[in-house]
Amino acid sequence: MLRLEARAHPSTLMAWCSPLLAVLLTVLCGALLFIALGKNPLTGLAVFFIEPLKNVRGWTEVGVKVAPLLMIAIGLAVCFRANVFNIGAEGQLVVGAISGGAAALYFDDGSGGGPLLITAVLVAGMLGGMAWAAITAFLRDRFNTSEILVSLMLVYVAQLLLSYLVHGVLKDPDGFNFPQSKMFSDGFLLPILVPHTRLHIGILLALGAALLGWIFLSKSFAGLRLQIGGMAPLAARYAGFSSRKSLWTAMLVCGALSGLAGVCEVIGPIGQLTPSVSPGYGFAAIIVAYVGRLHPVGVIFSSFIMALFYIGGELAQSRLGMPSAITGVFQGILLFALLACDVLIRYHLRWRK
Amino acid sequence: MESFAPLIAASINAGTPLLLAALGLLINEKSGVVNLGAEGMMLMAAVIGFAITIHTGSVPLGFVAGALAGALLAGFFALMTVWLGANQYATGLALSLFGAGASAYIGISYVGQSLSNTRSAVPLLGDIPFLGAALFRQHPMVYLSMALCGAIIWFLYRTRAGLILRAVGESPASAHALGYNVRRIRLSALLFGGACCGLAGAFLSLVYTPLWVEGMVAGRGWIALALTTFATWRPARVLSGAYLFGGVTILTFHLQGLGVPIASQLLSMLPYLATIVVLVLISRNANWIRLNMPASLGKNFNPNQ
Repeated sequence: MLRLEARAHPSTLMAWCSPLLAVLLTVLCGALLFIALGKNPLTGLAVFFIEPLKNVRGWTEVGVKVAPLLMIAIGLAVCFRANVFNIGAEGQLVVGAISGGAAALYFDDGSGGGPLLITAVLVAGMLGGMAWAAITAFLRDRFNTSEILVSLMLVYVAQLLLSYLVHGVLKDPDGFNFPQSKMFSDGFLLPILVPHTRLHIGILLALGAALLGWIFLSKSFAGLRLQIGGMAPLAARYAGFSSRKSLWTAMLVCGALSGLAGVCEVIGPIGQLTPSVSPGYGFAAIIVAYVGRLHPVGVIFSSFIMALFYIGGELAQSRLGMPSAITGVFQGILLFALLACDVLIRYHLRWRK
Repeated sequence: MESFAPLIAASINAGTPLLLAALGLLINEKSGVVNLGAEGMMLMAAVIGFAITIHTGSVPLGFVAGALAGALLAGFFALMTVWLGANQYATGLALSLFGAGASAYIGISYVGQSLSNTRSAVPLLGDIPFLGAALFRQHPMVYLSMALCGAIIWFLYRTRAGLILRAVGESPASAHALGYNVRRIRLSALLFGGACCGLAGAFLSLVYTPLWVEGMVAGRGWIALALTTFATWRPARVLSGAYLFGGVTILTFHLQGLGVPIASQLLSMLPYLATIVVLVLISRNANWIRLNMPASLGKNFNPNQ
């Protein structure tokens, strides 16, 4: 029988290999899934993983999805490292989209826009996300309320708020009663990086966030303080660090980045406020953060893989006639596979009679 | 007065899926395991229960299928956390994300189909004025969930097995030292919890709305998780909490129906906001929570170390 035996020390090699193994396992499960559905697994996998990367257009579309995933996952990496289980990034994204979108509508009086106003809109989005995250931080700090449940409940509240606003005050008066805001004028849209594609400068902001995240977590004293404050509150108190400060820092950083992701979506590829601004980026980013080992460099790679899942799902929809929900199935399998592979960091697999 | 009866009936109906799921999660947590996958298990059970009922025409079979689907996913969760030692929070989250995607995928061809109303009145009792309309015109599963609550109270506090289950949740090491198989007990608790979440999901798609819509569980799995905390892990309080929440949900519909000038979206926020408010009220006293919470909640146990 196969048995698990505890290792004397956690294996560093396996810590590196486990995400790769998880991706391989997911691909394998994907192949089985395609077989079960009566599709040719090779065709299925090719559509999912190779088709999106065959041309410039595909690459830029992947980049469009990497941007929000990377931003949020960096924020979540900070949270999880501080032992703050913020799983409501989706809500923070939605409120970022609302506040950024509202700011864009407010400033957009037909006279242009430009870099300064775009920056103001981005800041508004970040502030919105921070404010939403602050509710969770405040309740946990002041009343000891579970941040998992509160941040999740706030996702539903944020989505209903968005729906309310686009059906109400933010609705385009000339929009034939569709529940959406008017389109933002060109001067308020994020500049495009590659002409004739949708790839916008959000990807640069995301990479910048990853760089800052790396410096903060790995190189700064504040980052060390944050991680100790979260992991070992008692040790932190002994050293004079505050675990309350870790909580607030982590939540606000994540809120700001999730809000940024939200506003970049509405003044990027979407171009207006609609009842649904995100295909679950906030939840997918949880997987991205874990698969990336809560390390900014790892998160860059894992957000690329997750973005590929999104594009692959869209292609599977148009080419193979499969529902796009297959993306969610792949995402779940990837996280399961990673958690299972992580067992090998602490255990050996041994044959025993 | 008479107009309140349908409101009470509707609140109980709306509270039943919360009650079923929260009772299951309570048993999980009494054994020391927290399963954040409730939402995913409920979604999968809702779609599978619905599919089976559409194909066989039998509602009871739909419930059985839903319970089996929930138990199957919970068994997988148990394999990951109880045997492989994976983090309970992360694995539960993965289960929820997977359940959301997979249920949407399975459910594509069932969107737009619907079942006829499956509720019925209890003979004789259903005709009592007021009480009949308030209490006795429900689906049998509603009464079953109430009975389940009673059975769980009896099991936890009056039987040897219940005592062992609680011991495993408080101190798995001691239970292990006494010769009890902690892993098997946790597996049983998780399977039971999964089956309950499955019944809850099936109730939504077979009785509450009788149709399937993507994401139709709409956070009820998470509210059920919050309910176990509200109830400080006591089944009787889970029951009252679930009906209270059912009441809040019905209130939002009712206010809308009365033409209260508040947008429907804002009213729909009420159950989620109420969850937060009650969580704050309960969690304010950290000591009280700590006193009632199973001591090993969320921590894995490896008997070989």
